[in-house]
Amino acid sequence: MNILPMDGRARLLGDDVNTDYIISSRRKADSIDPAVLREHLLEDLDPEFAASVRPGDILVAGDNFGCGSAMEVAVTVVLGAGIRAVVARSFSRTYLRNAMNNGLLPVIADTSGVREGDALTLALDAGGRLLLDNHRDAPMECAPIAPFMLEVLDRGGLVPYLRAHGGFQVRP
Amino acid sequence: MVAQTLSEKILSRAAGRPVRAGELAICTPDLAMGTDGSIPMALNYLESMRSGAAPRSPGRMVFALDHYGAASGPKAQALQARARDYAARHGIRVYDEGEGIGHQLILESGAARPGLLMVGADSHSTSYGAAGAFGTGIGSSDLAGVLLCGQVWLKVPETLRVVLTGRLRGAASAKDVALLLARRLGADGAAYRALEFTGPGVAGLDMDDRIVLSNMSVELGAKAGIFPADAVTEAWLRERTGARLDPVSSDPGAGCAGAVDLDLDAVVPQMALPHRVDQVVDADAAPFRKVDLVYLGTCTGGRVKDYREALEVLEQGGIAPGVRVVVTPASATVRAELEQSGMLGALAALGAEIRPPGCGACCGTCGGIPEDGATVVSTANRNFKGRMGNATASIYLASARTCAAAAVRGWIGRQA
Repeated sequence: MNILPMDGRARLLGDDVNTDYIISSRRKADSIDPAVLREHLLEDLDPEFAASVRPGDILVAGDNFGCGSAMEVAVTVVLGAGIRAVVARSFSRTYLRNAMNNGLLPVIADTSGVREGDALTLALDAGGRLLLDNHRDAPMECAPIAPFMLEVLDRGGLVPYLRAHGGFQVRP
Repeated sequence: MVAQTLSEKILSRAAGRPVRAGELAICTPDLAMGTDGSIPMALNYLESMRSGAAPRSPGRMVFALDHYGAASGPKAQALQARARDYAARHGIRVYDEGEGIGHQLILESGAARPGLLMVGADSHSTSYGAAGAFGTGIGSSDLAGVLLCGQVWLKVPETLRVVLTGRLRGAASAKDVALLLARRLGADGAAYRALEFTGPGVAGLDMDDRIVLSNMSVELGAKAGIFPADAVTEAWLRERTGARLDPVSSDPGAGCAGAVDLDLDAVVPQMALPHRVDQVVDADAAPFRKVDLVYLGTCTGGRVKDYREALEVLEQGGIAPGVRVVVTPASATVRAELEQSGMLGALAALGAEIRPPGCGACCGTCGGIPEDGATVVSTANRNFKGRMGNATASIYLASARTCAAAAVRGWIGRQA
């Protein structure tokens, strides 16, 4: 199953959304089950947010998304809410890693042209370029994702990838 | 032969082929560590990858049970027991609860050495860069991958050089340099990049100083913060290990993404204000505030040198009424050294509370949570809202000397 192309509704967030905002530490103390935690997704930024999420929504953020702690649950809670991709101008490197490893598509792109609720399409063009289309402006070219990472994402993350292969398929 | 940066050299060796900045590489780490905070989730991932999987290279793994303690409750202790049990069954080295912080213990053991690739399921794994290793933080799923197959995927980072000149003077310390870098570059100023500390100023920094700078590199978003090995590194490692040392350094002319010049002569005490590590001012210019708790510890500021410097200041005037001073040595070795030198006794006699070695109150997992509305001045590395377990506390970050001065006065900043 290929993660791309992907369609979804844009849900706009700001800069420096840290992992504690994504899921508060006080919630993690009770449970790390994504099905439970999803009800508290981003609650410190917007208490109504979690209830308004629809499966297939795409988070669209500014700079430094996922900064702060490297807690992997900040990725699994997003997946638990049915969100399959985050598009941001930049990510903290630990969030980017954890997203890749858990099958949440992290896309680096200029998100300034995206509005709340836009119907978005993420797709590879014939030349293999990753494009973000808001169906209003010309499609925006995103930072490329290495073929190896796309394979991991297509598999659904590092667990299914390593379960299938037993190790990394070394390829430059 | 194309000129390579220090990071490119280390990752090329670990990948078994020449790699360049920007490339994705499958690497074999020389050492991988996890903590009681990250191992349980890693064991869940591992179970899903292959049920009952034994570690591929147990000799290259270290488990450090440093985030939780007796005060953390039965749930946390059950997580520790699970990590301990897996390690015992598979011959993985464990640093148990009370021995200290994993990063400090690994450094003390001489396991962090020039040219090694060291990954840790804890963000402050950048600390190993002080000894010339490429140390970087990974997630629990990555740790599970290393357990399963001994490898991890890494993107080879570009290098940002930090060129140090001069030497630290007066009350200035390595912590002030780290905070000044956060002030100048911002919390994501080195994102995805490796910091490489170079220049004539490096020789004047001892290993404790270097550990602080490598440790805090992650607060600038850096993937690693590396010092090239020199005579200081070698002398320090010779006291700790008989292992062969194989120093690597950047080739002349190796490409880098940029350079930052920093004159150590000009550094004055700095302070990070709540709730951002890059919201930094000269310590003298901080807004006036009464202090409730002074915290001396963590993988950033819990070494013998920190306590020596703190004690020099504390002995000038004692601890002000109404201020609690908590001492949490980074390791049992640090604690023993403090005890033998009389410093621990002196700290206790002044009224400081001495806690068992470990991560302690830094991330709110091990007791000692600040009171509601408390003002905390700490030698730690992070001051996010809620970091120490109470979102109403305000955490200020500074050097051991500046923290001690706050304890003596009972306040920080500029009196109106």
